[in-house]
Amino acid sequence: MSTITISGVQKKYHQKPVLKTVNLTIEPNQVYGLLGRNGVGKSTLMRIIANRTRIKVGTVTLDGESVFENEQAQNRIYLMSTAKLLPQEEKVYKLFKLIKTMYGDFDEAYAKHLAEAFELDTHRKLRKLSTGYQTIANLIIALCVPCDFIFLDEPVLGLDANHRELFYQELAETFSSKPRTFVIATHLIEEVSGLLNHVFVIADGKVSLDEDVEVLQQRGRQISGPAALVQDYLQGVPVLHTTRLGGMMTAYCLQTPLERPLPAGVSLDGMNLQRLFIEVTRKSGGHDEI
Amino acid sequence: MHFDADSVVPLFQQVAEQLQAGILSGAFQDNEQVPSTTAMARQYQLNPATVLKGMNVLVDAGLIEKKRGIGMFVCDGATAKLQQLAIADFGDTLKPVIQAAKALGMDKQALLAAIDKGWEQ
Repeated sequence: MSTITISGVQKKYHQKPVLKTVNLTIEPNQVYGLLGRNGVGKSTLMRIIANRTRIKVGTVTLDGESVFENEQAQNRIYLMSTAKLLPQEEKVYKLFKLIKTMYGDFDEAYAKHLAEAFELDTHRKLRKLSTGYQTIANLIIALCVPCDFIFLDEPVLGLDANHRELFYQELAETFSSKPRTFVIATHLIEEVSGLLNHVFVIADGKVSLDEDVEVLQQRGRQISGPAALVQDYLQGVPVLHTTRLGGMMTAYCLQTPLERPLPAGVSLDGMNLQRLFIEVTRKSGGHDEI
Repeated sequence: MHFDADSVVPLFQQVAEQLQAGILSGAFQDNEQVPSTTAMARQYQLNPATVLKGMNVLVDAGLIEKKRGIGMFVCDGATAKLQQLAIADFGDTLKPVIQAAKALGMDKQALLAAIDKGWEQ
């Protein structure tokens, strides 16, 4: 099974470091969430993997071979983004054909099904479509290319709620019938969280969280109650962040000591991905020890 | 069915519980097919691996079985089995009710009287 390995990747823009040292492994047949605040370098990282941005420091390999200037590797990687990577003057159905010649294959039957489901007029030029429909055309291509690693940079930008739901449903279905890897960078975390196996959070130019969603769900908790009791319960355990309101405290923790007896008056709630993301990437944050 | 990403119950466990509730309620009857992993993943926008893991909990419990090339079916007798389990666990269902009654200062007689009244309605 093929794996993409990213090691020691650095990238500066105008002397300003964006990616400081990024190390990641992207496994086959997974759905990843690539999360991070605005401007943190998610798109840059995806562009590097897809050979659209050059780097001087670090490597990205697929099965041990560098993916840079490597047509064979790049044929297995697809990047869908809002950047106008496709010819804007082309009609959508012609784009489908163009992609087929570029990648050697294209699931035309599925593209037809998706165009009908989204009510996309494939005889219009890409440029003439609304923002939402330009995204839809891009998405249809991303779901129909024969690639093993599909990178989706802001896949639902401009899509209304119905079209977003339809996209998530189609993604679940196509992933189920034809497993491959999707890496999704999005700010609409709650909507996509059920689909993800694993999340990467990028903060301050580095990967600050690299974890299976199930592990996060098992031990990630919001612990609320009288401050002294919460502190006592979490003695010696690393805590992501705490908030106080008078004598009440809420602590956000990824390694909740569930085996300890919970003091009366203290409550445990699940920590959803959105909340987790906010706590991990909070500016004043950092791992406090109680 | 409804899946809660905020819950302390992992999603695969929620899938298992909801399928059990479906069998218990008669929505999925003995020897009938349950929705496929793909159909459930699509409908609820869940990762198919999560759905499969939830279904496997029921397979391990002998409640559903895989028929090759067709799909998952409710085992013969699964509904009765779940009913027996639910009755055996009924004490747990009652716990919060008893606690609520105690918190209100009700005694056992008062709780039983309330149950009597509710039973007749």
